[in-house]
Amino acid sequence: MDIHEYQAKEILAKFGVAVPAGALAYSPEQAAYRARELGGNRWIVKAQVHAGGRGKAGGVKLCNSEHEIQDATNGMFGRKLVTHQTGPEGKGIYRVYVESAVDFGREIYLGFVLDRTSQRVMIVASSEGGMEIEEISEKRPESIVRSTVEPAVGLQEFQAREIAYALGIPAALTQQMVRTLQGCYRAFRDLDATMVEINPLVITADNRILALDAKMTFDGNALFRHPQIAELRDKSQEDPRESRAADRGLAYIGLSGNIGCIVNGAGLAMATMDTIKLAGGEPANFLDIGGGATPERVAKAFRLVMSDKNVQAVLVNIFAGINRCDWVAEGVVQALKAEPVDVPVIVRLSGTNVEEGQKILAQSGLPIIRANTLMEAAERAVTAWQNDRKQNAKMRAVQ
Amino acid sequence: MSIFLDRASRVVVQGITGRMAQFHTKDMLEYGTNVVAGVVPGKGGETVFGVPVFNTMKEAVAATGCDTSLVFVPPPFAADSIMEAADSGIRYCVCITDGIPAQDMIRVKRYMMRYPRERRMVLTGPNCAGTISPGKALLGIMPGHIYLAGNVGIVSRSGTLGYEAAQQLKDRGIGVSTSVGIGGDPINGSSFRDILERFEADPDTHIVCMIGEIGGPQEAEAAEYIQNHMTKPVIAYIAGLTAPKGRTMGHAGAIISAFGESASEKVEILTAAGVTVAENPSVIGETVARVMAKRAA
Repeated sequence: MDIHEYQAKEILAKFGVAVPAGALAYSPEQAAYRARELGGNRWIVKAQVHAGGRGKAGGVKLCNSEHEIQDATNGMFGRKLVTHQTGPEGKGIYRVYVESAVDFGREIYLGFVLDRTSQRVMIVASSEGGMEIEEISEKRPESIVRSTVEPAVGLQEFQAREIAYALGIPAALTQQMVRTLQGCYRAFRDLDATMVEINPLVITADNRILALDAKMTFDGNALFRHPQIAELRDKSQEDPRESRAADRGLAYIGLSGNIGCIVNGAGLAMATMDTIKLAGGEPANFLDIGGGATPERVAKAFRLVMSDKNVQAVLVNIFAGINRCDWVAEGVVQALKAEPVDVPVIVRLSGTNVEEGQKILAQSGLPIIRANTLMEAAERAVTAWQNDRKQNAKMRAVQ
Repeated sequence: MSIFLDRASRVVVQGITGRMAQFHTKDMLEYGTNVVAGVVPGKGGETVFGVPVFNTMKEAVAATGCDTSLVFVPPPFAADSIMEAADSGIRYCVCITDGIPAQDMIRVKRYMMRYPRERRMVLTGPNCAGTISPGKALLGIMPGHIYLAGNVGIVSRSGTLGYEAAQQLKDRGIGVSTSVGIGGDPINGSSFRDILERFEADPDTHIVCMIGEIGGPQEAEAAEYIQNHMTKPVIAYIAGLTAPKGRTMGHAGAIISAFGESASEKVEILTAAGVTVAENPSVIGETVARVMAKRAA
């Protein structure tokens, strides 16, 4: 689960990481007002969206007066910010963070991640902050320092010192750097984060170490023990279809194709998308309805998939092991009789009692297209979708 | 022979009184698995389908000599249960639970290291379908009847894709020595490489079918091992060619976040290591059959 920059900064500050003075605003007037409260005469206003690359996209502005703040934020609120991480649809700006501007010299990159090779928390740091880590590892790979944390005892001071020396932090600031690293690690561990990123971490003109930006991602599986983090979820930053699905216990990811997928199992769902592509089509979504393909879940899944207006055919692919195919087939028939869909539906069942399942589909009186293998199902889905499209085009031509 | 699991395995089910656990315990007993105990704190003295329930793993081990465990405990408490199994002297543990916090798994893996290698428990999963040695024993939630006994070793991150493979093999009259689910989580008990080592050493496994997906370094590690250490042929299928970068595809571990983690990169790495990669999931069985025939000739 992602949170906003200002929330990450609030959390990290509690763990001893120094951040600039700042305040949140929900309107241009409030932004100007909060700037006056902060004092000074130079501020940074930053659009709060769940994506990186805000600066280049116009989501971060330096302002020298309250008027400038009002103008700058007027152009932000209610707009969609499109960065290289948001996709073309962008993310809505509903909150803006106003910060006192600081003069700084060096910029450092600092990241904490779950490293899957060592199966431990890994610190990744570089003296080349300001750039994204992908860019650093391409242009200045030798500047990257890595250190893994022994989970039984946590991050040790000597490790933090080693990182500080490797980054060339001035001697007078070593202890501050150690505190910053240990604060980030404790926040990561105590709150079940999966990622903490400070980019840049700067050394200010008056010799302080300060987190100018901060990003935290949390383990969705651990939210049960962190209600205060779960509350930070911001649905305005999520794809509405995905939020709806998640609230109903379905794993759904919207894509840009035309063939909707309803599958049980994450691996099989990915394999189904791949097979559609191989057959010459494009999948409209990823959807794993889980082990038990009950009629209610199948019905929910159809509603969800059909809520995407780009969907012109639906492929149902269920491996019924413990649940028999005849039972799954009944579920599909019930769902389609209760709420008919106006696009071709292709069903492929596999596993226990396949023949009985096929018979139920065949005798249902519904125009369900059946298939034996996944490849066959994908090919039939692509053909049905193309025929449907041609027919629609013809109908439009006749009209 | 088979790996991890056979007729002699004495199985304890942790969390046996739960609804799902009861359902699958019945299934395992019907399959012929030697389920000798259950453990649920506070439920000691009860029975489930005639299987005695104990409060602690140590009691279960002392009373029944169980050596193999299946964890069906809800996510908040699953890590504790795995560690209890490791401490009680269990040799092999499968954790089915989906949704365990990643840092809990980091601690579990660290905890397991406190035992010397010869006493250290082997864990597969979490978030997997389990392990089956067809005709001998079933430890998990998979439908036993889709597996024929034979000489193909299956190792898969995904449950249902593993079923696909087993069913396609059965349709061709090809059987399985052992099928192991390593699970869809980012931090898991055993990697592809760990399981491949076992299959390489198992005389009853002649060929291995490996089913991977996007995310993580374990397919690439496996490729390195296959190239340098394996004598048995390996065929692979990798799911997620159409998965977008940076998104979690159902499995917590199915996310492309670094170089080498996409499906196409994994296919390339495995192919370069001499692995026969099935182009689509419908031809997994066919590909295994072809490689077997070639080897026999």
